Amino acid sequence: MENTATVSAAPRSRSLTSRLGDFGPTYGALLALVLLVVANAIFTPYFATLSNLWNVLQLVSTTVLVAVGMTIVIATGGIDLSVGSVMAIASAAAAVSFGRGTAFAILFALFIACGVGAFNGALISGFRIQPIIVTLATLITGRGVAQVISNGGQLIPFSNPAFEYLGKGYIGPVPVQVVMMLAVVAAGIFAMRATSFGRYVFAIGSNEAAARLAGVKVRRTKIAVYALSGLLAGLAGLIETARLGASDAQKVGLYIELDAIAAVVVGGTVLSGGRATIIGTLIGALIMQVITTSFNMGPFGLNPLPYSWGLVFKAAIIVLAVYIQRPRLA
Amino acid sequence: MAQSVLRMQGITKVFNNVPALSGVDLELARGEVHALVGENGAGKSTLIKIMTGAYSRDAGTITLEDRQVDFHSPEDAQAVGVVAVYQEVNLLAFRTVAENIYLGREPRRWGLIDWKRMNADAGGLLKSLGLEIDPRATLGSLNIALRQMVAIARGVSFGAKVVVLDEPTSSLTEHEVNILYDVIRRLKEQGTAVVYISHRFDELYAVCDRVTILRDGELVGTRELASLEKLDLVCLMLGKRREELRQGTTAFAKREGKREDDNSPLLRAENLTRGRKLNDVTVKVGRGEIVGMAGLLGSGRTETARAIFGADPIDSGAVYLEGRRLNALSVNRAIDAGIAFLTEDRKAEGIIPDLSVRENLTLAALPALTTLGVVSRSKQQAIVERFMSRLGIKAASADQKIRELSGGNQQKVLLARWLCRNPKFLILDEPTRGIDVGAKGEIQALVNELAQSGLGVLMISSELEELVEGSSRVVVMRDGRCVGELRGADITQQTIIHTMAEGTASDRQDLAEG
Repeated sequence: MENTATVSAAPRSRSLTSRLGDFGPTYGALLALVLLVVANAIFTPYFATLSNLWNVLQLVSTTVLVAVGMTIVIATGGIDLSVGSVMAIASAAAAVSFGRGTAFAILFALFIACGVGAFNGALISGFRIQPIIVTLATLITGRGVAQVISNGGQLIPFSNPAFEYLGKGYIGPVPVQVVMMLAVVAAGIFAMRATSFGRYVFAIGSNEAAARLAGVKVRRTKIAVYALSGLLAGLAGLIETARLGASDAQKVGLYIELDAIAAVVVGGTVLSGGRATIIGTLIGALIMQVITTSFNMGPFGLNPLPYSWGLVFKAAIIVLAVYIQRPRLA
Repeated sequence: MAQSVLRMQGITKVFNNVPALSGVDLELARGEVHALVGENGAGKSTLIKIMTGAYSRDAGTITLEDRQVDFHSPEDAQAVGVVAVYQEVNLLAFRTVAENIYLGREPRRWGLIDWKRMNADAGGLLKSLGLEIDPRATLGSLNIALRQMVAIARGVSFGAKVVVLDEPTSSLTEHEVNILYDVIRRLKEQGTAVVYISHRFDELYAVCDRVTILRDGELVGTRELASLEKLDLVCLMLGKRREELRQGTTAFAKREGKREDDNSPLLRAENLTRGRKLNDVTVKVGRGEIVGMAGLLGSGRTETARAIFGADPIDSGAVYLEGRRLNALSVNRAIDAGIAFLTEDRKAEGIIPDLSVRENLTLAALPALTTLGVVSRSKQQAIVERFMSRLGIKAASADQKIRELSGGNQQKVLLARWLCRNPKFLILDEPTRGIDVGAKGEIQALVNELAQSGLGVLMISSELEELVEGSSRVVVMRDGRCVGELRGADITQQTIIHTMAEGTASDRQDLAEG
């Protein structure tokens, strides 16, 4: 029964295998991504071009932003279905407040998005209602609120170059939204690994009762987690709005919660909480986007395939990912 | 004795090569209320599950009214009138009382449910148990006690010959308990045999005729309750013989000259009350003192600990640490004040299974290790190294997941989680349960050493040797009350068991004055 190895507490003397073990769940996804990219690069015309790289990254950026928040929510054992509606609220809130200045509009929209998330978190942790129910309710009402803000869901076009920079600008050769996406991914990885917040998130997801008795402020942490998810969804909403050059409360962020959850799952995060990988989520989102792009371009030299076939293929990938990651008996 | 309804003989059940029951006999007579008692792991629930068809047995026979029976599922057992009513009521909250009672076998007429008859039958059944419940009411509109009565009525509606009540009073108030007693009396009159599982002695003596005692999967014996002293019952449950109480050997060295400063104790918990679980409990612990807490399962030991730590809300009472009152008890306030709590159930309330030894060890100390929310690797490392070597935690590395460690090492990590915060007062709930002998001795020695350096310790334990040798005082709990306090030379296994069973009048007086 006893572990015979004696104390060796040094963290930096970890073996290579134990280091790789951390990325275990991500392995399959990474391998799948590499295979997809290599195969498409060889066989799909125009796939291996720089413009297509930026295109893929641009398209995936909003999903990744939302999915990073989703990963953290799922790490606590929860889920956030409301992200798409929060994107719409942020979009509408920004569009109607450009009159007070671009900076104000952006901050105002993000503040509201963050507030909606915090409200989700407060209901979930304060009244112990299941996350899926609370955020489903916010999904439904949120889209309504966004349409009310935008005058009954009208398309609000605008011309605001400073704002549109979010969705159309470049820093050197790199689109601004891609820079933001990478920054958020890096910050997310850092938060989950190096901060007490990340530690608390994992502790709650792994054993909430024990975490509470160890002094973890469960309620506060959960509110923060959902607020963060709301904030990132708000940012994604602004980017999508800037890309479009108009606010469409009925369309912005529609069904993005499903793409985000799919990315999280394919990336190797466990839905029951306690174990999560943000880099995996990025990989998961990229897999889905590469499939879509490849189908649109005509994979392997074929004619472009209908979008619906891409959906079927993606569904197969999701099921496969969950199958590979199912818990095994020790 | 009255005619036998159900007889179980030589029942044996093995899980993963570990025997849960070996050769247990149980006989139930018509119209008898039969108590089934035993500490954790005694095999009560296994026996009940075999009786009601939820588990299959590995050996033994079950005879129902002189006919040998073999239940393959709870439905099999129900069909012939052997029914269990569990602590958590498994009924449909949004359906009516009558529907719940006849669920799955509703009276029909031309293929449709005969509502009129079903409601009438249910009404008659409830009335025969002395219950005034409208069969058309939605179950969810009833309080928990009445729901439980409906569950019992459902059991009776199968023409129950045997009804098992598993901890039926755990969520009931005093008044509701009396309703339950009435129902049990009616069942008795109707000739039903009732198996009554409870940890509360007052209830056993109030309603039960006989008691069967199990310990470690074996039958200790069946006794008439009327002629069984409480003291003997406690001895039987704990496996001690009255005349054979001897001191065992633990790693505690009996300490001399304990400073007990009654005027300004380190911790004072006064008049803690919570429903029927805690009744006016008062505990004092001085600096450098180890106060033991004894009591059977369900006596309110863990509840006292949780109340002091702020883990459960209390109805009334107060906790003072170093003379200052902790207002509005909460876990975080208790921790900030310097209280630490090593929980009884390591798996459910201790370890964070998916995190590493390092992360588990530093979880409670994180606020002190972080700057602007970022954990300092060097500070963390210093603490982890210091406590892993001080407590002799054996792990492949600090990065190993805690769930992969042995029970003893997990316990040491959890103890280290608190010690690295430098607590003033430490509550240990069964600190050495389920861990190997080596780790046990090390933990006992460590607790002793900590107390000598001034820490106050409240130690809950079911191991009498541990209490006798480790504590300078022992508080004895029963049925949610402090029933006695033993000091110095008075602390022996015999006096503890005696107090568990009877309490001591003088101590109660002492406590009232203090």
